[in-house]
Amino acid sequence: MGKTLAEKIFDAHLKDEPFEGTKVLALDRVLCHEITTPVAIADLEWRGKDRVFDPEKLKVVIDHVTPAKDSKTATQAKILRDWARRHEIPDFFDVGRNDVCHAIFPEKGYIRPGFTVIMGDSHTCTHGAFGAFAAGVGTTDLEVGILKGVCAFREPATICINLTGELPKGVYAKDVILYVIGQLGVNGATDRVVEFRGPVVEQMSMEARMTLCNMAVEAGGTSGVCMPDMTTVEYLWPFIQDEFTSKEAALAEYSKWVSDADAVYDRVVDIDVSSLEPQVTYDYKPDCVKTVAELAGTPVDQIYIGSCTNGRIEDLREAAAVLKGKRIAESVRGIVSPATPKIFQDALGEGIIQIFMDAGFCVTNPTCGACLGMSNGVLAEGEVCASTTNRNFNGRMGKGGMVHLMSPATAAATALTGVITDARTL
Amino acid sequence: MQKKFGGPAIFLDRSDINTDEIIPAKYLTEVTKDALKPYILEDLKLEGFDPKGEKLQNATVVVSRENFGCGSSREHAPWVFEVNDVHTVIAESYARIFRQNMFNGGMLAIELPKGDIDQLIALQGAGDVNVSIDLDAQTVTAAAGGEEKQFSFEISQFDKALVKAGGWVEFADARY
Ligand code: SF4
Repeated sequence: MGKTLAEKIFDAHLKDEPFEGTKVLALDRVLCHEITTPVAIADLEWRGKDRVFDPEKLKVVIDHVTPAKDSKTATQAKILRDWARRHEIPDFFDVGRNDVCHAIFPEKGYIRPGFTVIMGDSHTCTHGAFGAFAAGVGTTDLEVGILKGVCAFREPATICINLTGELPKGVYAKDVILYVIGQLGVNGATDRVVEFRGPVVEQMSMEARMTLCNMAVEAGGTSGVCMPDMTTVEYLWPFIQDEFTSKEAALAEYSKWVSDADAVYDRVVDIDVSSLEPQVTYDYKPDCVKTVAELAGTPVDQIYIGSCTNGRIEDLREAAAVLKGKRIAESVRGIVSPATPKIFQDALGEGIIQIFMDAGFCVTNPTCGACLGMSNGVLAEGEVCASTTNRNFNGRMGKGGMVHLMSPATAAATALTGVITDARTL
Repeated sequence: MQKKFGGPAIFLDRSDINTDEIIPAKYLTEVTKDALKPYILEDLKLEGFDPKGEKLQNATVVVSRENFGCGSSREHAPWVFEVNDVHTVIAESYARIFRQNMFNGGMLAIELPKGDIDQLIALQGAGDVNVSIDLDAQTVTAAAGGEEKQFSFEISQFDKALVKAGGWVEFADARY
């Protein structure tokens, strides 16, 4: 009987099985940010165990509110900064070099096929795009990860989302994942790995695959995952070229991290994307999904383009293609936050930042900021935001605010008209 | 050390109650658990529910529906329960991270089928509901007025061991 990718990663990392069905895995990466890590640090200090299992395997960033907006957020950043220095963690990203965690860690080549990755952040599933098992955890799991380099899981079954056909022009990975969540429901993948496969995924860039995996948790999934292939190797090549004699050799090595043809899935969902339309959420749950056409004309107050879902260079390119040479509606505010300094620089170099500014957008530094309603674009009571982020919970971007999730192209089109708009109709 | 379980219950009769509703993101800048205390369930919109009400103040057990604790990984959600002495949540199902966070902190996230939750909620008709938990027997006993109901629940050996050890840090530290 064949195995799924997740099962293979579990087998290769199994450190202990204290009870049947509970697998304690050795970790390759423990990622940390300033919101969930400080309490773990404080608890380790309180226990007299202020140690880290391996500073090379910890990757640390200040990203949620940065630069600090007040003394409390400054204190959180300081706790993380002091700790990273104290333990000589080499990969620590502070103001000027920092950004959104799930964008910078892949960009730096830290995530490899077959890795086990945890972070005190639910969207850690993003990193599964590289063929890794990457799961969001709470602060206690993070604390044990930091101290011992292990984490316990129930071995998850896998749901296979088989994407066939061809994505129509103007329809993107974000539309696919919104549609998938609409099909699965917000708890349809609880305790499951969501594996994205098929010709559509094979043709997707790493950026698009990260968008897919990023939102696996919105269906309750433990991790999203894509099979590593030549696209994965190409993306990682600058970081792995000393490890392999050729890209083919790297591919041969990474190919052990794919699900077997006779792997047993919990469920296989076949979706032909050929007639998929741009998607958008309504209401306050990410599985409340309709076509943009159905919600067209809904007025919004703010447009937000950014986050670990859609703040990467491809996303900015898609939005800029819609905005080029035009001005956003008088009635709206546009905010764009490139997800990392490198993305910001690439966007500058390509003239994309100029397009956004000419269109009337405010360009902010890389940060989570408004995505979770902490800074840089928090909504007022009763306001509506068209957003490329991943959560539309009531009050997510500010108390009493409403969020419609959508692709960068739809968000840009909506910015131009002030009402939810299908970019293909402009 | 094992925590205390059971006590007066409050009913949050809705599915998909998310962690933003349990503790809004704006309080994530707090670096101690105790500081979260006043903000429990502050943004929960639910008919008849008052986050500042006596009912919540007295409760040490929360009963809810499906997919409880979905959304962010923030352990601030179990913590805000913990510092308000709510060590027991009973629901039809949970989001994985929230459930694990509860057990990791040595608390109980008990799963009961819909029919049992229906009965628990109906029990309110007889008066305020008091819940007691027998972890070894794996039973929940709920009493209101003169009525009493008992339900049995499943819990994995691992989760039970975490509860008995007082949490995952204690368990892992002793073992790895
Ligand atoms: S961008 Fe938003 S969803 Fe992503 S890590 Fe930051 S707060 Fe979380």
